[in-house]
Amino acid sequence: MAFFLETLFGGLMVGMLYSLIALGFVLIYKASGVFNFAQGAMVLFAALAMARFYEWIPKWFGFDNKILANVLAFAAAVLVMICVAWVIERLVLRHLVNQEHITLLMATLGITYFLEGFGQTLFGSDIYKIDVGMPKDPIFVLEGMFQGGVLINKEDLYAAGIAAVLVALLALFFQKTATGRALRAVADDHQAAQSIGIPLGRIWIIVWSVAGFVALVAGVIWGSKLGVQFSLSLVALKALPVVILGGLTSVPGAIIGGLIIGMGEKLSEIYVGPMLGGGIEIWFAYVLALVFLLFRPQGLFGEKIIDRV
Amino acid sequence: MSPRKIGEVILEVNNISLAFGGVKALTDISFDVREHEIRAIIGPNGAGKSSMLNCINGVYQPQVGSISLRGQVFKHMNSRDVALMGVARTFQNLALFKGMSVLDNIMAGRNLKMRANIFQQALRLGAAQREEAEQRLFVERIVDFLEIQPYRKTAVGKMPYGLQKRVDLGRALAMEPQVLLLDEPMAGMNVEEKQDMSRFILDVNDEFGTTIVLIEHDMGVVMDISDRVVVLDYGKKIGDGTPIEVRSNPDVISAYLGTSH
Repeated sequence: MAFFLETLFGGLMVGMLYSLIALGFVLIYKASGVFNFAQGAMVLFAALAMARFYEWIPKWFGFDNKILANVLAFAAAVLVMICVAWVIERLVLRHLVNQEHITLLMATLGITYFLEGFGQTLFGSDIYKIDVGMPKDPIFVLEGMFQGGVLINKEDLYAAGIAAVLVALLALFFQKTATGRALRAVADDHQAAQSIGIPLGRIWIIVWSVAGFVALVAGVIWGSKLGVQFSLSLVALKALPVVILGGLTSVPGAIIGGLIIGMGEKLSEIYVGPMLGGGIEIWFAYVLALVFLLFRPQGLFGEKIIDRV
Repeated sequence: MSPRKIGEVILEVNNISLAFGGVKALTDISFDVREHEIRAIIGPNGAGKSSMLNCINGVYQPQVGSISLRGQVFKHMNSRDVALMGVARTFQNLALFKGMSVLDNIMAGRNLKMRANIFQQALRLGAAQREEAEQRLFVERIVDFLEIQPYRKTAVGKMPYGLQKRVDLGRALAMEPQVLLLDEPMAGMNVEEKQDMSRFILDVNDEFGTTIVLIEHDMGVVMDISDRVVVLDYGKKIGDGTPIEVRSNPDVISAYLGTSH
């Protein structure tokens, strides 16, 4: 039982990171109707920026304070992501308003490869580490209930806390501010939003910046666990089944979908894997997504699409 | 009803032509709209009414001709630029923000009146909160005016069609427009709903002095509430004048009744 719980917690923690990446997909899709393939590349780009600025900034200004270096590096990475959002709006989105979905998807595919390549040109292609001072030591809980207790990584708990706060803040911003209202308006109807004077371009820059910020947080958490390296951009592919499961238009769906996928793939690997010869963690998420596509194409929380015939 | 004072020409459409590829949607259309009047554009299906409205709203840019509002000529305008000049619109096929409540939809219409920046809003600073409260007061007045108080917190997607049309009007009114463009405000409505909508349109015109341009293909209602009517058929203007003049125009009669052209 203790082993089951450990596996479950491990899965939930991985799932939470999937959720963060999926959240980026959902934000952009809701506001601009673009399925942003580049979300994974944005995670890599943001994490690379953070890791490198953490090395560079103390050197440039000649100080040696880890906390200050982290804070400044984070701020610099946020600025970088805002610039990325601005450039994408200026050079790509603005010119593709009202184009076919496939056109926009191809555009984000282009952005993906550009960000991956350019990010490594700019920031280097080695494995870098991010150390934001998260405690690495494991703790044991429920020792009274099971012999030896259940092992949990303190780092994972912190990460879960950060993710929860981020999601709560985003929800407040979307529901309670005038800009949040404008964002939701654009998500529902571009033409109507424009007719009441909402500037589409500015809204897109804000949304892509927020998605960039979410990518940065995901990148920092993931990077401090496993190091910043190219494979970070591939993690985003795991977020695709998450958004299918949770629904492309639902923020809670992204969170819960991520947790289900993370949990499901770890548990299935341990308990079903041996029967099939192992390695099912890699494709489990996609099979689950396929099953969902067959029975509930709009996902768990997505809006049901009803077309008038 | 107090007699409205119809003023100077506020909106001018000069020799507009609009084509989509080889299809001519509008050919050489000219008319004007005077301040405080209710001006209707009517015509059978496919006459180019919606295209005309979308030109005034900046959705389409006509290839030939010009449109000017208070003497300012439209150049490369999009809907937002037109909104900044004080023109609001409603939509034929309800383009409401379906997931949002009635209040949020109409509050969104106050967007241009909001001055607090995104950081003030995000940090919930006093200025942003005060502004939100002020705008909310105005929105409540619109809700009262349109008699949709019981639905204030309802998601508009779940409301009956006729009421959704009112929310669409409310959102446009929230902009305090000088010119209000109504795209088939009575389409798909039953008689009772049409009467309600006519009353709201007349009240808006009367109480706020808003200039109204409306398109409709149901001639009956339009003739009752309009000051002047433009008639389009196959993208051309075939009549222009008071409802009485238009009703007796032989071209208009043949377009509507389908006698030989």
